[in-house]
Amino acid sequence: MARDLERYLRPNVKSTPFCPGCGHGILMNQVLRAMDELKLPMEKMLFVSGIGCAAWIPSPHFNADTLHTLHGRSIAFATGAKMFNPGLKVVVISGDGDLTSIGGNHLIHAARRDIEMTVICANNMIYGMTGGQVASTTPVGALSATTTEGSLYRPFDLCKLVQGAGGTFVARYSVTQPVSLKDAIKKALTMKHFTFIDVLSPCPTQYGRRNRYDSPAAMLKTLMESCITVDEGERLGPEGLEGKIVTGEFSHGRA
Amino acid sequence: MALREIDSLLPPGSYYFSGNEAATEGALAAGCRYYAGYPITPSSEIMERIAVRLKEVSGVFMQMEDEIASICSVIGAAWAGAKAMTATSGPGFSLMQEAIGYGAFTETPLVIVDVQRAGPGTGQATRVGSGDHMQAKWGSHGDYQVIELSPWSVQEMYDLTIDAFNLAEQYRVPVFVMGEEAVGHLRERMDVKPRLSIFDRVKKKGAPPFGTPEDDGVPPMPSFGEGEKLLVTGSTHDEFGIRKTDDPVAHEKLVSRINKKILNRREQIIRTEAYHLEDATCVVVAYGFTARSALYAVNKLREEGGRAGLVRLKTIWPFPDTVFQELGNKVGKIFVPEMNMGQVAGEIMKYAECDVLSYVQTNGEIIDPHTIIEKLRGLL
Repeated sequence: MARDLERYLRPNVKSTPFCPGCGHGILMNQVLRAMDELKLPMEKMLFVSGIGCAAWIPSPHFNADTLHTLHGRSIAFATGAKMFNPGLKVVVISGDGDLTSIGGNHLIHAARRDIEMTVICANNMIYGMTGGQVASTTPVGALSATTTEGSLYRPFDLCKLVQGAGGTFVARYSVTQPVSLKDAIKKALTMKHFTFIDVLSPCPTQYGRRNRYDSPAAMLKTLMESCITVDEGERLGPEGLEGKIVTGEFSHGRA
Repeated sequence: MALREIDSLLPPGSYYFSGNEAATEGALAAGCRYYAGYPITPSSEIMERIAVRLKEVSGVFMQMEDEIASICSVIGAAWAGAKAMTATSGPGFSLMQEAIGYGAFTETPLVIVDVQRAGPGTGQATRVGSGDHMQAKWGSHGDYQVIELSPWSVQEMYDLTIDAFNLAEQYRVPVFVMGEEAVGHLRERMDVKPRLSIFDRVKKKGAPPFGTPEDDGVPPMPSFGEGEKLLVTGSTHDEFGIRKTDDPVAHEKLVSRINKKILNRREQIIRTEAYHLEDATCVVVAYGFTARSALYAVNKLREEGGRAGLVRLKTIWPFPDTVFQELGNKVGKIFVPEMNMGQVAGEIMKYAECDVLSYVQTNGEIIDPHTIIEKLRGLL
């Protein structure tokens, strides 16, 4: 966390609960930096989150109104708050299990309705807080506490899912692309629509140690090397995408 | 006290409403300006009417993707400042239970109208039942309190829905109006008075929103967007909302207060009605639609000289325990007809010293007054 952003943090909350090497700190930093550059007042912000490590990014750290909800239901809570008080700038920050597995129905319906909110999915491809169980985003073959011989099922492509549901601004970036990530958050925050960003954030504790990453740094390095742009993805074609993660904007949204 | 008198939203006078329509109008009169719901028989008429009526009062209506989303968005709207409600029936009420616990623990005022149908499971969707009272009290995990009201008429679908909003705001607690299909779909005359009292949320800038100096207090409740930088969480929290997930003192303090704030105010919350109790030897205890049959039966028996009485429960939770401690010492027998397997009779047995006889009927039909007359004749 950069010192100049400390003013956005709740006084007396001095440390984050995240493990060493967790990507969520970078994401937290980039959300606040995007807000800082847009000069968004914290008084107008409402941060909503569900259950899991990522849900602790805004709550209690951000010095704004925060609503830490039930597992999976953050978008439904956010919908009620936004619809009743449209003056609130609503940002949902939660994890992949929370937003896309238990909460998947709320995600697609909020996208379909085009409710004005920004949903940031901190995607670590695992259930981190509960001990590293397989998620709907875990790659095929990856080891987890409940897939000790490798995950059998295809993971969601969250951007395609939200696009299919009608999301107007849909993007994916990794915490290893902090500048692009911040710019995408800025774009999303200025749109009066449902905006979604899938943010790849490594979990060395639960995912890395089970999947042969020697260190958090090694995990970050692999993630960085796996990320390719939309253009590169198109050049490689479907067969060339093995082991790659396509990042960029998939739907460009509208003001 | 933040009770204040306002003009009725509907022009005063008589109306020929269904119970579901009456509940809708009661909600609007009390200040409900956010409704989220999902279609379910036999409560859907509430959602259909309020979808239209909220537009006329600049309120917000959302038909959500399921009942879970409905109740969660109601809680979100409540924290954004709304008096908010949803309506449902058994299966939907089941889906809402986790969020009801969240609402109780975060001390969120909200109202649910449950138009009960014959359960369990999908049961008989169009038939009457009254089997959700234990679920209303115990449906979510952990220890918490709610308030349950039991209307017996179209008039009370209106009146008790107003009361439900006032109680929810006053005590910062989920309040349930537990109608039954029979009253939801019944049409009868009801009156709208020119004035009504409504309770507005207590606000106090900078005050802790989740704690009070008293161990049974109700804290003031700010809304999002007021600059309070609220921390609302369903995890155990201190008086300012900071998570305290491994602090035994914080947990005990919070759980104890959200229970005590209701239980210590039972006298103010609980309402019952008594008929012919003076010299009664056998007293019928009934609530909801069954109380109509019970009153008819008791009146008939009185005409014959039978010393029968009736206690009608308008409040089911918190349970009127002292009413039954006293009644149990005064009368020989308590007879409890219910459209479930004896959910309230079991509670009465905990407190009444006398014989408590449960009569259960779960066939999807209302209890015939003549059945009650026949049973009472055997007891008098």
